[in-house]
Parts: sequence; C-alpha cells; structure tokens
Amino acid sequence: MTWEEILPLLGPATLETAQMVGWSTLFTLLFGLPLGVALVAFDRDGLRPLPGPRAVLGFVVNIGRSLPFIVLMIAIIPFTRLVVGTTIGTAAFVVPLTVGAVPFYARLVETALREVGTDVVQAAQAMGASRTTIVRKVLLPEALPGLVAGLTVTVVALIGYSAMAGTLGGGGLGDLAVRYGYQRFETLLMIVTVVLLIVIVQLLQSLGDLIARRLSHK
Amino acid sequence: MIQASGLRKQYGTTVALDGVDLHVREGEIYGVLGQSGAGKSTLLRCVNLLERPTAGTVTVAGQDLTALGSAELNRARQRIGMIHQHFALLSSRTVAGNVAFPLEVMGVPKAERERRVAELLELVGLDGRGKDRPHQLSGGQKQRVGIARALAGEPAVLLSDEATSALDPATTQSILALLKRLNAELGLTILLITHEMNVVKSVCDSVAIMANGRIEESGAIADLIRTPGSRLTREIFPLPEPAPAGSVTLTFTGDPRQPVVSEPVVSEVVRKFDVDLSILGGSIEELPAGPVGRLRVTLDGADRPAALAYLRDSGLIVEEAA
Repeated sequence: MTWEEILPLLGPATLETAQMVGWSTLFTLLFGLPLGVALVAFDRDGLRPLPGPRAVLGFVVNIGRSLPFIVLMIAIIPFTRLVVGTTIGTAAFVVPLTVGAVPFYARLVETALREVGTDVVQAAQAMGASRTTIVRKVLLPEALPGLVAGLTVTVVALIGYSAMAGTLGGGGLGDLAVRYGYQRFETLLMIVTVVLLIVIVQLLQSLGDLIARRLSHK
Repeated sequence: MIQASGLRKQYGTTVALDGVDLHVREGEIYGVLGQSGAGKSTLLRCVNLLERPTAGTVTVAGQDLTALGSAELNRARQRIGMIHQHFALLSSRTVAGNVAFPLEVMGVPKAERERRVAELLELVGLDGRGKDRPHQLSGGQKQRVGIARALAGEPAVLLSDEATSALDPATTQSILALLKRLNAELGLTILLITHEMNVVKSVCDSVAIMANGRIEESGAIADLIRTPGSRLTREIFPLPEPAPAGSVTLTFTGDPRQPVVSEPVVSEVVRKFDVDLSILGGSIEELPAGPVGRLRVTLDGADRPAALAYLRDSGLIVEEAA
C-alpha cells in the first residue's frame, strides 16, 4: 500500500475510534462517578455506612474488573442488543466499552476520594453540612485533580479496549490494524497506525496531566 | 453553656470515656488537659456529636443534642464553632472561600456572605488575604482562617481540638491571644483540649485534668490553686515528687487577700523565728488569676512549729512532707 491509499483510510478510522471512546468516556463518567462516591460513602466509616449495599457494589465492581475486555464484550452481547438494537457498528460498542470502563473508573474515583483527609470531612460535619453538601462541596472538589488523573487513565484504557472492539465489527483504528496490518501484511499501514495511537495517547495523557496540575493547590 | 453528664464512649472493648461530667459556664475559657490517649479528644468530639456517646447526654446552649434528629443536629452544629489541630482547610478553595463555606451551608445569600467574610477576615487579622490559597499561608495564618471559619455562624461556643499543637511557641502565643480577645470581645465560650500546660496557664479560667477516660480534677483554676494537694498545682509547678522527708512546700495562691509572691514572707519568717531556711526549688507563674508561686524549702530550728503556723496564718498553703 502507498501513502495515497493509506491516508483516506486513516481519517474515518480515527473518527470512529474518537466516537467510540468519546461516548463511552461520557457514559463512564456518568455512571462511574456516582458508583465511586457510593463505594466510599457506604463504607463502614463513610458518610452513610451501609455494609450490605456496599458489599454488593464491591462485588459487582470486582466482577467487572476481573473479566478480560474481549470476554466481557462477547458475554454482554444480549444486553447490547437490548440497549441499542444491534451488536455491530460504532454505536453498539459504546455499550461494552462503558460496561468495561465503569468499574475501572469507579475504583479510581474511590481511591481519589479516599485521598481527601478525614479531617476536612469531619470539619464540614462539625459545621452542620449535610451529606450531599459534603459530597458536592468537599469530597468532589478536593478530589478533583485525582478524578481528572483517573479519567485520563480510563480514556487511555478505553482506546485500548476500542481496538479490541474493532476486531468484532466496531470499526476504528484497531479494526484497520487487524484487517490490513495483520490479515494482509501491510507493514507500512501497521506502523502508521501504531505511531498514530502512540501520538494520540501521549497527547491525551499530557493534557490530562496539565489539567490535573492546574487544579491542584497543594 | 456546655453541660455533659455521665458520658461514656466505648469502641468495642476499649473504654475511651468512662463516665465524664463536664460543666462549662457561659463566657469562660475551659481547658481539658491530658496526655494523648486520655480521652480528651473523644470528649470534645462528643460535645458536637462527631462521636455519639455510648451513654450520657450533652446539652449546649440549653439544647440537648443527644435528643436531636440529624437535620436538627446539623442546624445546632452551625452554632457551635470548631477549630482543628491541622486546620482542616479546603485546598480547593481560597481563604475567602473557606470562610464562606459554613455560610453556604447555612444558606446565606452571596452578597451577605461576601460582607461577612470580609468582616471575619478583618477580625482575625487577615484582611486582604482572601484571594490567597491555604497552601500559601503559614501555620498561624491557616489557624486564623480556621478561626474565622468557625466564627462564621456567630456561634455561642467554640471548640478547639489541639488548635495550637502544630504551631511554634511564638505563633501559639499569638493564636492564644486571639482566642482570649474573642472571648473578651464577643463573650465567646471556649472549650479547648490540649496536652500543653502552657495553653492552660495562658488563657484558661477553668480546667479539667483527664486520664484514662476520666476527669481526675476539675474546677476554676484560682480555686484549684487554693486547694492543698491539687493535681493542677503540682503539674503547673513541677517539683520532685515525693517531697523529701522534712521539707515544706509553700504555695502562694494569688488570692488578693493573701501575700503575693513579691512579699517578703520568707525573710520575715527567718527574722522573726529561730529557724534556718534553705530553698530546694520553686517557681512563679503569671496566670490570668494573678501571680502564683510554689516554693519548696527546708525549715529547721527550735521555732519550726511556730514558723509554720505563722506562714499558714499569713495565707500560704503549707504542706509538710512526712
């Protein structure tokens, strides 16, 4: 393959990857953040100790974390069909990507929230702040740099997952690399894809680091 | 102002508070003194129910906190200020944002909040620092922010959890002076816990000495100094214990009707009676109640009983070692 043949393929594939990763990042944030808050709040010495629900949530999160993404993706095909009506195409793969990333991000949220000192939480309690106020005005703002850093790691992991999704019909850069680089021995395309992925990940990581640093006032 | 009765707190089999009664009068500075592990921190946290006592009741400003539901408790807590050893400031907010936090919790409108924050920062000597971040401040300045924040709800009571323990001696004195001023100007009742006798000596009107989850001694400092054998006196004026056989320990109580430390009582005794007196040790402390002192001497000679009687009559507390 020549550069003239490769370049027209790269544009749409990059866009597909961006769509899969973008939407699943949004949904991961939407579900993972509350789940992470719940893991901390329901803990034995948390804001609202609820040992039963806490154990169930922890168990579910661990199941999500213990399945390799490629297995998870296949295992939840019926669920994906239920949600989007199809199991192929970029939109369909937002579902397994989100399901795979939510437990991952929830654990990172949990870790970031635990970094917030118990002394500031207790100070807020002593001021008569309600639990929702403490979550909204103490825990989340204080943990913000960690939450951003965790999201960056999650986005990078999602890019990796999305390449696997590509092999099952999700499209994107992973799909391109498999179809041309692996099945047709197109070395140049393989190298271009690898370089492109490295550049994207580096840029996202640097951006995430920059934002996290800006937000930190330690 | 603060009344705690029969407080017990148990963690599993560990007893942190073992039947504590505490009575803090309106407008006084009350110190709870004890080593770490004595239970004083648990006691303080039981006063605003950060810890719920296993048994006993806590009444603050006439309200039984232990009987309140969580929404009512939160409202009551808004009227109880608290300051912390490590300041507990929000790093995600500016100085002004930290002081505004309790006002937001109380639902004070923004314009009113900004006005109050400016007043509070001026009150603690931090005017113009509102836009700074906590990490840009020194320890003493951070605690001033903590104090401004604690006063935002115009509390009747301020709880201080080792507020000066992380500060150097000079800064400690400036924070104590600020607390003393707020006590005098606002009539603020202050309950503080500390392991530093120096804090008690500098600002407290009353004290409770805690050990093993119990209050061993409590009362107004002026009264405790006048009580022979009080633990407070022994701790303020450390002299070797037990006192050597035959020695005599004299306490100048600071009572205005009795000889003050500057009066030449000792030389009078030597002149009037046939005794030899030598000083083993002693010290003088300037307390809010007045100057007090403690002196250990040996006193030998034919007139020893008469000399001791004379000292007693002049109002000193005279303790004879066996």
